[in-house]
Amino acid sequence: MAISLIRRLIQALFVILAMTVIVFVGVSVIGNPVDILINPDANQAERLRLIAHYGLDQPLWKQYLLFLQGLMHGDFGDSFVYGRPALGLILERLPATFELAISALLIAIVVGLPLGLYAGLHPHRISSRIIMSGSILGFSLPTFWVGLMLVMVFSVELHWLPTNGRGATAEMLGVQWSFLTRDGLAHLLLPAFNLALFKTSLVLRLTRAGVQEVLPQDYIKFARAKGLADRRIIFVHVLKNLMIPLVTIIGLEFGSLIAFSVVTESIFAWPGMGKLIIDSINLLDRPVIVAYLMMMVVLFVALNFLIDVCYTLLDPRVRLDAKA
Amino acid sequence: MSHLLEVRNLVTEFGVKLGLRAVNDVSFSLKRGKVLGLVGESGSGKSVTGFSIMGLLDRPGRVAAGRILFDGIDLATLSDGEMRRLRGKRIAMVFQDPMMTLNPVLTIGTQMIEAVLAHDPVSKEVARQRSRDALGLVGIPSPEERLSAYPHEFSGGMRQRVAIAIALLHHPDLIIADEPTTALDVTIQSQIISEFQKLTEQSNTAVIWITHDLAIVSRVADDIAVMYAGRLVEMGSVRNVLGDPRHPYTKGLIMSVPSQNRRGEPLRQILGMTPAISRLPSGCSFRTRCDRATEACAVMPDLMAEDHRAFRCFHPMTRIDA
Repeated sequence: MAISLIRRLIQALFVILAMTVIVFVGVSVIGNPVDILINPDANQAERLRLIAHYGLDQPLWKQYLLFLQGLMHGDFGDSFVYGRPALGLILERLPATFELAISALLIAIVVGLPLGLYAGLHPHRISSRIIMSGSILGFSLPTFWVGLMLVMVFSVELHWLPTNGRGATAEMLGVQWSFLTRDGLAHLLLPAFNLALFKTSLVLRLTRAGVQEVLPQDYIKFARAKGLADRRIIFVHVLKNLMIPLVTIIGLEFGSLIAFSVVTESIFAWPGMGKLIIDSINLLDRPVIVAYLMMMVVLFVALNFLIDVCYTLLDPRVRLDAKA
Repeated sequence: MSHLLEVRNLVTEFGVKLGLRAVNDVSFSLKRGKVLGLVGESGSGKSVTGFSIMGLLDRPGRVAAGRILFDGIDLATLSDGEMRRLRGKRIAMVFQDPMMTLNPVLTIGTQMIEAVLAHDPVSKEVARQRSRDALGLVGIPSPEERLSAYPHEFSGGMRQRVAIAIALLHHPDLIIADEPTTALDVTIQSQIISEFQKLTEQSNTAVIWITHDLAIVSRVADDIAVMYAGRLVEMGSVRNVLGDPRHPYTKGLIMSVPSQNRRGEPLRQILGMTPAISRLPSGCSFRTRCDRATEACAVMPDLMAEDHRAFRCFHPMTRIDA
């Protein structure tokens, strides 16, 4: 396990390096931050002073080396826009996104798993067909449209839920969370549901497919031949086999929930990282973009590792070290 | 002595509209402690007969007619719950492929203990104890440690021993063994057969041994029932049926087994293939492959009884034909 962890960390390091190069080149191709950042009314002396301040007067490779040098000291650079450390900006927004993503994932599992199980166990019932048709809708309706509809129905027409922001928050472990207050929870509900819709359909369909794959297996028939109750067969024999593919997908999807919650955060003005990164890309705020993407790489590598660990717990045939 | 199991005119159908009869008008009976060899080619309905008795037919299969009397109870009329309480407790089953019958993600111990607890309200400790003893009984070394092992850590033969141990946990009256040695090496096959025989004899357990291997039947069974295309075509004691078959199909099966007595001769085979149950010929199902068939065979022959045996043929073989 330790060896496998070290190997992964080294791999992650290379991925991060490659990614930073791509971002540096990419941003410089898109445009010159100077054009956006500096007030057009500023005089030439002021312009030159600011360009030098950002280090943009240097050639690109030199800027990159300077950035690496900063990294060695744990410095990700200052945001061009806010003038504050980029990492701090992102970490400030992290809890909001995290909270949203976890809520969405919970909804996806709590709703998708039982429905998928039901549809898999009783594929011919009309209710199962309705569930499956619903999941197609969940798959294909665009997030932004559903988000707008949710706002229109529940906020504008019915006045049940607020439209934007995190609402009141409460502190836990030194971080502000919305779900701890009634008002915050009301604010969280719509965006979490909007973000969860696609994932719920995914979990549902995966579960159903898994059930249909496991049920005809001989070991299920043998379990029935032993005279086990249906409950035990479904919740132990079927579910435990089902968890293996499900954990992989859920793990990876959690990463994508965090990384791509942009649309939902924009619609509901949720002050998370997604909104920050979109603004930063628009303003060519390179330090923030780089720092954000580096965090995402680390997140995905960590998730992958966690999934592998879960694998060894769920499937006795898999051993991490044996894969070397 | 009364019969432990009596199957009367069993009909098992697949597909509601088509009414495909995988098992058609099958009757046989079995006494306590006796072994019945149920023989036939793939698709002859022998496994489906076993699953019909167990109440484990896959949808859309269902018992459409007939009675399955087990110790006086008609299994076909039992509710799902009542049937479940019988399964594993009084009627157990051993499957063909030991690689597939044990759940890969649960330990052997879990799978055995749950089988004990499904029928007996004992503590987990007692259940574990009984599982360990059962493993020891079927010849698995260091059973205590093996309880916490997973199926993939066992060889095929060992897995089949585990499956047999599970089947024997509750000392059932009847075990349905569906080709339990087909997937095993020949040397292991022999071990498992003798082990199985020994254990069932000790506990006076009746066995329905489903197989296509006549050599195994001649070794383990008291009686034999030969199935073809969903119907019984011949039935009787092993000695009678194998030594002096009446039905040409039985004869064909026997002739296609390699034998010391016919060295050097080409192995005779039954020409053609088992017809699909959706396209059976009218009358005797075997007539399209039978060299004794006449016009009379266009009508389905009844089972004809003849001292302690029965066969379904208008032109039965006699010893002289052999």
